[in-house]
Amino acid sequence: MSIYLNKDSKIIVQGITGGMGAKHTALMLDSGAQIVGGVNARKAGTTVSHKDASGADVELPVFGSVSEAIKETGADVSVLFVPPAFTKDAAIEAIDAEMPLIVVITEGVPVQDTAEVWSYLQGKSTRMIGPNCPGIITPGESLAGITPHTIAGKGPVGLVSKSGTLTYQMMYELRDFGFSTAIGIGGDPIVGTTHIDALQAFEEDPETKVIVMIGEIGGDAEERAADYIKANITKPVVGYVAGFTAPEGKTMGHAGAIVSGSAGTAQAKKDALEAVGVKVGKTPSETAALARAILNERGLQSL
Amino acid sequence: MDLMEYQAKELFAKHGVATTLGTVVETAEEARAAAEQIGGVTVIKAQVKAGGRGKAGGVKLAKTADEAFEHASNILGMEIKGLTVNRVLVTPATPPEEEYYFSFLLDRSNRQYLCIASVEGGVEIEEVAKTNPDAVKKIGIDPGKGVDAVKAREIATEAKFPEPVFEQAVKMIEDLYKVFVEEDATLVEVNPLARLAGDKLEALDGKVSLDENASEVRHPEHEAFEIREEADPLEAKAKDLGLNYVKLDGQVGIIGNGAGLVMSTLDVVAYAGENHGGVKPANFLDIGGGANAQVMANGLDVILNDEQVKAVFVNVFGGITACDEVANGIKGALELLGDKATKPLVVRLDGNNVEQGRAILDELNHPLVTQVDTMDGAADKAAELANA
Repeated sequence: MSIYLNKDSKIIVQGITGGMGAKHTALMLDSGAQIVGGVNARKAGTTVSHKDASGADVELPVFGSVSEAIKETGADVSVLFVPPAFTKDAAIEAIDAEMPLIVVITEGVPVQDTAEVWSYLQGKSTRMIGPNCPGIITPGESLAGITPHTIAGKGPVGLVSKSGTLTYQMMYELRDFGFSTAIGIGGDPIVGTTHIDALQAFEEDPETKVIVMIGEIGGDAEERAADYIKANITKPVVGYVAGFTAPEGKTMGHAGAIVSGSAGTAQAKKDALEAVGVKVGKTPSETAALARAILNERGLQSL
Repeated sequence: MDLMEYQAKELFAKHGVATTLGTVVETAEEARAAAEQIGGVTVIKAQVKAGGRGKAGGVKLAKTADEAFEHASNILGMEIKGLTVNRVLVTPATPPEEEYYFSFLLDRSNRQYLCIASVEGGVEIEEVAKTNPDAVKKIGIDPGKGVDAVKAREIATEAKFPEPVFEQAVKMIEDLYKVFVEEDATLVEVNPLARLAGDKLEALDGKVSLDENASEVRHPEHEAFEIREEADPLEAKAKDLGLNYVKLDGQVGIIGNGAGLVMSTLDVVAYAGENHGGVKPANFLDIGGGANAQVMANGLDVILNDEQVKAVFVNVFGGITACDEVANGIKGALELLGDKATKPLVVRLDGNNVEQGRAILDELNHPLVTQVDTMDGAADKAAELANA
């Protein structure tokens, strides 16, 4: 088991012919993920050449639209490597095609575009992860994104993080246990999948025995997650918050202070998480040690 | 990007929001001339990206042009919240009969936009929010629907704008929303929104924050709002090189990839510093996801020019970034700098192509470079060297 993504996931890549799209299509194939094609309206009908995990040649079809790609391949995940100016339209196209999961890797998407996509998504069947995220990996099964698949294998830890490289760091720290799924939700002010969504999914996933949640300064997502954990999560959660010594962010004027009701500091987030019983590490390695101790207590052995 | 008051007002005027632009000047002599031209009583306002300008003495009334000169001389060069005042805005003094508060902003928690309005607000809005929260109206805006004439009327009604200025308020709400969406702002704030003599509604002060992603994608004209002289010289240099750099007050230079990992690195170095004479991180520098050799060299160039820096910690976890690229960047930077490189470098590489990366540095065998395998260990080593 896993969350959102498994060995049966059929993935297409929007932007498969671009530099980033091509590079990461190759890496996703190498991880063993089922990449079934891509979309580029201007190159519809052509194919792109790659190698699969066994080293065999594969020709991936390029479709003119997401709906055509779904019809021809049965794809249920789309990964977007589309330039920021075109991300909104690409996401809306995928939502209109009723793609169950879209993973938006693109960095630099105007936040109002994301806000519009989020509004558009309401009441529809699509889940969005990102934007500005490393995507999602279910080790040994599938990868929809840019997380290096060689860091860690399958195991009992569920990981959710805003930051890409901190996701990698934490996977590396806990590679002795491995991960059910590791999801990078992205650091933009508005993202499609939140800490809370991932916590809920990990709670329901029998394979996940401990949840590691990584936050960072800004906003109040961690404080909200803390409230959610208190009311809904029975599995042990270990937290890490980056940015204790980071410079104070730009103030948003009066309006920001009124809205957030929280300073958004690392300390405030740590306090909120600890208040609901989450053990919070000071560093990634200490956080990993806390998770490891819980896993050992539960009789789970490292690999 | 936060704008100064006069820049915010330029955007207000562009979208039809009633405001008085005034004249921006950089010398007291120019302030006198501006006051003379405006005539009557003027206000001299410090232009810095910080709140509390009035309390800091950065806003003064001038009855005559000579007084304008005098106030401008005092205000120019003044420091407000660590920012030096390099320009003042000279506007006609228009005493408000009533002060209101109005803003549109990105509400990240609810993933929509939010309008905040108060007719009992004005500059003390935060106080009002605490003591009389019912007087501060918060109205969610669906980004897919926006604010049209009907919605603007609904907002003005809920905020209880008084009858004599009600229709003006409706129009201003529509126009302010245009500023918010057409300029891709994350905040548009009018405080105070003033009712002047003759029941004229006007934005007396404004604050606008622009979304830099959007400026990059579709607003090349926003570049004109960048005011460079305020930045620290190292920050300015980093900006020219396209680096995401923030100068801090410490001794351990930091380079890493990804904002989260770099923030985490600052924390780990600060903790390690507790055991090494209290040394602290000297900067934030994120070389980003796809960093190559040139970016690494640029980053090192900036950090090694920071006189406070005693040692540098390069912390890279290769995801998109390949460790051999980073190692080549370090090698190239050291070659470029030659004898000018005098500070020890502690390097920790992991992830994509780590063996190749470590091998490049092993082969380089540079006397200033130490490789350490773990993040904690490397932070400790860097702190130790910075305290030597």
